[in-house]
Amino acid sequence: MKFARFLAVAVGLALVAPAGAQTPKRGGLFNFAITAETPTYDCHGTDTFAAIHFLAPFYSTLLQFDLDNFPAVKGDLAESWQVSADQLTYSFKLRPDIAFHDGSKLNSADVKATYERMRQPPQGVVSARQATFADIDAIETPDAQTVIFELKAVNAAMLEHFASPWNCIYSAAKLAEDPSFPSKTILGSGPFRFTEHVRGSHVSGVRFERYFRAGLPYLDGFKGVFMLQPAAMLNALQGGQVLAEFRTVSPAERDRLRQTMNDRIRLEERSWTLNLMVVFNTEKKPFDDVRVRQALNLAIDRWGGSQGLSRASVLRDVGGAVRPGSPFAIDPMELEKFPGFGRDIRAARAEAQRLLREAGVGNLSFKLLNRTIAQPYTPAGIFLVDAWRQIGVTVEHQQQETSPYLAAMGSGNFDIAVDFSNLFMDEPSLGLAKYLSFDLAPDNRSRAIDRELDGLFARQQRERDVPARMALIRQFEARALTQAYQVPLLWWHRIVATHSVVKGWRMSPSHNLGQDLAEIWLDQ
Amino acid sequence: MLRYLVRRLAQVIPTLLGVAVVTFFMLRIVPGDIVEVKLRGDGGNVSQAQIEVERKRLGLDQPLPVQFASWMAGLVTLDLGKSMWTGNGVAEEIGLRLELSLQVAVMATMIAILIAVPLGTLSALFMGTWIDYAIRMVTIAGLAVPSFWLGMLVILGLLYLFNWLPPITFTSFYKDPIANLSQLIWPALAVGYRYAAVVARMIRSSIIEVLKEDYIRTARAKGLQERLVVMRHAMRNALLPAITVIGLEFAFLIGGLVVTEQVFNLNGIGRLFVQAIGRNDFTLIQGIVMTIAVTFIFTNLVVDLLYAALDPRIRYR
Repeated sequence: MKFARFLAVAVGLALVAPAGAQTPKRGGLFNFAITAETPTYDCHGTDTFAAIHFLAPFYSTLLQFDLDNFPAVKGDLAESWQVSADQLTYSFKLRPDIAFHDGSKLNSADVKATYERMRQPPQGVVSARQATFADIDAIETPDAQTVIFELKAVNAAMLEHFASPWNCIYSAAKLAEDPSFPSKTILGSGPFRFTEHVRGSHVSGVRFERYFRAGLPYLDGFKGVFMLQPAAMLNALQGGQVLAEFRTVSPAERDRLRQTMNDRIRLEERSWTLNLMVVFNTEKKPFDDVRVRQALNLAIDRWGGSQGLSRASVLRDVGGAVRPGSPFAIDPMELEKFPGFGRDIRAARAEAQRLLREAGVGNLSFKLLNRTIAQPYTPAGIFLVDAWRQIGVTVEHQQQETSPYLAAMGSGNFDIAVDFSNLFMDEPSLGLAKYLSFDLAPDNRSRAIDRELDGLFARQQRERDVPARMALIRQFEARALTQAYQVPLLWWHRIVATHSVVKGWRMSPSHNLGQDLAEIWLDQ
Repeated sequence: MLRYLVRRLAQVIPTLLGVAVVTFFMLRIVPGDIVEVKLRGDGGNVSQAQIEVERKRLGLDQPLPVQFASWMAGLVTLDLGKSMWTGNGVAEEIGLRLELSLQVAVMATMIAILIAVPLGTLSALFMGTWIDYAIRMVTIAGLAVPSFWLGMLVILGLLYLFNWLPPITFTSFYKDPIANLSQLIWPALAVGYRYAAVVARMIRSSIIEVLKEDYIRTARAKGLQERLVVMRHAMRNALLPAITVIGLEFAFLIGGLVVTEQVFNLNGIGRLFVQAIGRNDFTLIQGIVMTIAVTFIFTNLVVDLLYAALDPRIRYR
């Protein structure tokens, strides 16, 4: 009988465990590189990956993205959840026995206080999530394990927003004492307990023994070293001083690592939720004329550029307003019908020249505003200048540091600019928001006002039926790409290098996801 | 001498005041806003209202004269204010990096002196011989090769030849001298080489000049050994301009090793300075500029006092 049970368990395990799967080993200190340093300890007040790579190991969120089944979500603090049929009520059941790192219990009051802080930040607190959670009408906590969110209106993206890695859950008691507490002190319920932040140097943490996911984390601790210079980071990676860098390496860096490290390095690649955009300042002539915008867009050989630029930069995929390959993305055949996305570049450029003549700007010249960041802004700028030169347009490439670049973009002091869209998920409501009218979306640098786009966006956001929503998204995209106030140039391609001894980390289309390090272990 | 010292120290105040005024107002002319960089730099869709909340918190909504007065009031009490980026004290941010920057500067200076004095002297004494040519080649190479590039070669050499790299995080000398030195010796060597080249060439030309002086001829005429002529009479005078160069280079190293710090991933003042400029962190930039200004002023003062110690003809009144 005992043997039969043993056999059954053994067979069961053999079926469940994938071929080649290894048993995780506990212990070890994991050193990895972070290519920027967080400006704040407060997850709610920022959008930067620098904060996530720094803070995610210390905090938990209500939900998180399931990277094995992206873009599906799974519970983090939430054991289970229900969405009402009218999609206006979201109920979450929290796991029992969750503790903060100071030993205090985490319950529904903490979740409520956290989300109240994000949607209605107290005086002096910055919440970068205020607009995201504007649809929440009320938050109720019928018991210590249950949190119920009542929405004012349907929001198709709400479940995904609950999985945002920036929604760190804070202690209600600490927030009551000082709403700015999270910007000064790191107190979470994540897999690692904060030990040290030496500014300009590194952050470190040790395993939180009372972490609510049994058996995790595997590592004894970690050290995230700030390495702002790519060459220094690459050397450290090659020399084994750091075992990973989770944002990206460039194709050239990938090739060097592959050549020098062979099977000691693991290189994973995937399309990325980031894209570079070309933005026309519609408040300036002649870019207020759709023919001029379309002409300049038509001159861009995206398909050819994808081939060339992907060898020199992290730019690669041709796509519309939604990441190519993601569930709501436009079909490539359909995309090719839009100006600037076709494969016949000679015909497109002939049409571009005709449009410019028709608009009365045959000898067009302007300045292209760009950032000084080499990867991938500089190659993108050079590519654009060359594309426009081929239709007889004179372009001055002006690269500026981030601060004056943002100042110029914010004040509308530019002709055409290379902009970027930095998303952490594929949910269209997040990505399409940048295309809304300027008075609704301050990050729409084209400064265009288009109520048709605003209306389509609102309708898709409230649409509960997926095919109907898909149709609305296509209408939105068609309008955005034809009016061409701002157009995607190319989507980024993520290349992550980790030493082959690093196991348990999952590649995702966003460098902001899956960074809590809970399941990472070292095979050494 | 004491009166001179007091007078020089009194001159420090208007100098620093001038630096403070120029730095404060020049920074405000430069386009850019730290809040934009902080909240929208990575593509964040933050509302204008939230931008204003943060600007108010940082005091950027105040008129410029009010901001200036507030900063100056802090300076008088040696309070450099808080970094607009991190919210931590500027003095704390600088202090955290000062030990490393100071140590690299001291080590590079020591390396430079150890290399430059013998090389410069030999080059002058054997002027026009193969020894001179060889030393001049070495020093010209030192001037021509940027420190950061040499640093990159050092790093790659260590990596490819020995499969070893220096530590990437700083450990205080007092905590672990071996870890500390194994990290900082490499940048100190890379920087010290260029520094040595500058000083060696200065010493060479000074000694050549001094050796033509009448008092050297007199010393030789009275039968002094050549070693004593050089060491006691020529070197002492020839070192004066070299000390000026050493002093200026030392002060420069405190905040000027921007690229070298990046190459070696050093958490020094130079890197902090560049980051602060990139972020428009006004208070931090102002604090670093004031620190560097103070370093230059006091290094110059020390150099002037050394002049008097080395050359009895120089008397300060």
